[in-house]
Amino acid sequence: MRVLMSNTTQYCTFYLDQMLLGVEVLDVQEVIRRHEITEVPLAPPALSGLMNLRGSIVSCIDLRRRFGLPRAPKDLAATNIVVQTASGLASLQVDRICDVVEVANECFELPPETLRTEIRNLIDRVCKLDGALLLTLNLVRVLEIEN
Amino acid sequence: MDSNFEADLLKDVVLESQEGLDAFDRELLALERGESSVEGLHKLFRIAHTLKGTSGCLGLTRVETLAHSGESLLSLMREGKIAPGRDVVGALLRFADTLRIHLRSLAGEGEPPQDDAGLIRDLQALAEANGAIPIERPAPVPVVTPLAAPAPSPTPRPTQAETAIRVDVHHLDRLMDLVGELVLARNQILQFAGQQEDAGLLAATQRLNLITTQLQESVMKTRMQPVSNIWSRFPRIVRDLSQELGKNIGLVMEGKETELDRTIIEAIKDPLTHLLRNALDHGLEKPEVRRAAGKPEQGRLSLRAFHQGGQVNIEMADDGAGIHRDKVLKRAMEKGIVTAEQAPRLTDREVYALLFAPGFSTAEKVTNLSGRGVGMDVVKRNVEQVGGSVDLQSEAGRSTTVRIKIPLTLAIIPALIVECARNRYAIPQSSLLELVRVDPEGGAQKIEYIDAAPVYRLRGNLLPLIYLDQELGLAESARDSRRTVYILVLQSEGCQFGLVVDSIRDTEEIVVKPLGKELKNLSVYAGATIMGDGLVALILDIPGLARRAKVVSDVRAAAQEAQAGKSRRESDLQSLLLFSTADSGQAAIPLARVARLEEISHADVERAGRREVLQYRGEIMPLIWMNLESQLSAGKLQVVVCNYGSARVGLVVDRILDAIDDSAVLQPGTSRPGILGSAIVKKRVTDFIDIDGVVRNAGSYV
Repeated sequence: MRVLMSNTTQYCTFYLDQMLLGVEVLDVQEVIRRHEITEVPLAPPALSGLMNLRGSIVSCIDLRRRFGLPRAPKDLAATNIVVQTASGLASLQVDRICDVVEVANECFELPPETLRTEIRNLIDRVCKLDGALLLTLNLVRVLEIEN
Repeated sequence: MDSNFEADLLKDVVLESQEGLDAFDRELLALERGESSVEGLHKLFRIAHTLKGTSGCLGLTRVETLAHSGESLLSLMREGKIAPGRDVVGALLRFADTLRIHLRSLAGEGEPPQDDAGLIRDLQALAEANGAIPIERPAPVPVVTPLAAPAPSPTPRPTQAETAIRVDVHHLDRLMDLVGELVLARNQILQFAGQQEDAGLLAATQRLNLITTQLQESVMKTRMQPVSNIWSRFPRIVRDLSQELGKNIGLVMEGKETELDRTIIEAIKDPLTHLLRNALDHGLEKPEVRRAAGKPEQGRLSLRAFHQGGQVNIEMADDGAGIHRDKVLKRAMEKGIVTAEQAPRLTDREVYALLFAPGFSTAEKVTNLSGRGVGMDVVKRNVEQVGGSVDLQSEAGRSTTVRIKIPLTLAIIPALIVECARNRYAIPQSSLLELVRVDPEGGAQKIEYIDAAPVYRLRGNLLPLIYLDQELGLAESARDSRRTVYILVLQSEGCQFGLVVDSIRDTEEIVVKPLGKELKNLSVYAGATIMGDGLVALILDIPGLARRAKVVSDVRAAAQEAQAGKSRRESDLQSLLLFSTADSGQAAIPLARVARLEEISHADVERAGRREVLQYRGEIMPLIWMNLESQLSAGKLQVVVCNYGSARVGLVVDRILDAIDDSAVLQPGTSRPGILGSAIVKKRVTDFIDIDGVVRNAGSYV
């Protein structure tokens, strides 16, 4: 439906280290600033724990770890972006949340081959914004966490 | 939109028709048993008629034609022109089956049946053969009659359809989630209101409290289904299989209305069906065999469901051939599950437990029904997955009973909350046997090591221990022996082990929530729950944890373990009564010789000749002083009443210390008159009293 309605897409954007990333607004359920998380021993490293979102248990994914980036500085409290997927809710922990931007579909390009494979696998496309490059997340692959 | 509406309509029609066909089966079987009633026939006719009508509306010509031929036959039966013989019932059952295949294919599962023509011909032939009108022409007559006919029931009560609606299960699950969340918010408000003085607020909070609890109960109830949802198919299975096998079997069902959570109903459906097939195929014998064994020709298979102790019990009992212990053992030895030495020593219960071992099958002949060696182990696994247990008892030649115990619901379970490495974990109460607190000053009660494996002596048995923090790969706390720890004695797959945790919080009813797919392959967790403070706690999966820690290997190990434990107890351990003697020494007598412990007053002691005696339960019991000095003291005397042949003697001792199990070995060269020898018990030199010798010598003492 969303493809038919317009040739632009809205993205909820956020920073992860130096990268500006985005998820489609329609996939986002809510953004939570702070939330207590319960660790899960033996879980894959990228899974930072579980949180209680009004009675639902939601898996939290440490996006820095998922992207193989260094740990966030201590004073940086991660923000949670809760996304809806076919298999339920999941929460992405990011450094800092930014604006919602609307991007014309023709502004996109495939990510360059030179990008690190771990990152390249998780990115769908690159969009050339004024003064920044927006990388759009491939949610399905980001959430495919194996032990 | 149109196609959507049609799809929804079709879905509803299929669902309703399937339910209708289940009822159809039931009525037909009742008819076959000879319990025919006018009402039953009307019902059968109505079901076929409704099917014809709805399929006609939807343009499903094949279904309509088929339903029509069945309806015509039923119409004749209703008019009493055709008797419900075995051939008629058989054809009608086939009719229902074919309709089911049609419905499944409409729902997108499987292919439509090849050709209904044969079945339609059979139905018509049956109708004609019984001297009825040939069904060549369209039949307006039967269509009209049911509408014109007055309601057969004189007092029309609201039927199930009028008081029930169909709700998507996901809505109920969501409702359950929200109620859980409401309970949480309620708890927080209760806490907050407790600190306030406002009477109005307190009263409102109380009401909120009450309503929330009731709401929670009501929502829980919506998820409950009667066990008859599974059982309703069983009469049909029994009928078909007993015909196929040439057996005569009566099925009795009790407690159909017993309710269970729908997830549990789903989980035990296949295991129960499997057990039923097993009983029909292997358990119950053919009529001639039964007659030869002096049993009634009709075999009896009974199903019983009932609540007991917060659990649901489902029993399946047959009065068939039973299971021969020797056959089980023979097969177990062939498969290498037990050794020839172990076999004779296993108890019946342990032998029957072998039936649930993977790859085990005692059927001499593999039939198409059961006996392929997959089955009982799957039954056990499925039942255990929902927190239940299976138990089999059998009397060779007479009966077999399988008892399944399952929790009422999976959604809310009682659990013990423990803490380990500053995290909380929930442990299902169903696998918990007991709790042991190990104090640093506990003395002998401490954790010991065999190489690197920690063990604990629990009433004379060695309990293998696992540390939770270690198993979960958490920062290993220093194994500080000065720290107080708790051991949870857990049971999994027939094996006991101890789980060491830092502290124990409380027992709580917890709401079980599933984990996301990222965590599905972590077998140590059964799910997660939300605690009173709103944080998430993980629920440990005890069988999974045991497998991970390798404390449970297989049935063989468990059997060996049980055996080893037993022989150790039998050979070395004996129960002793410890008491103190002169000079505060310690002495022991076997507890087996002790009849009672009595406290008597010194004044009650009488003399008979030169002996001191006591009137004891109408007998004269000689007293023997173990410490001659205490003869002089007044006041209370401690008497150990010992069996001496058929008589009793009283040993007067200074003080009774303890009754213990010990495997002490007498030191050589310590035997003296009246003393069998000495050994070290509880770190003290202890004289083992030779009761017989003491009594023989008593004369010289007194």
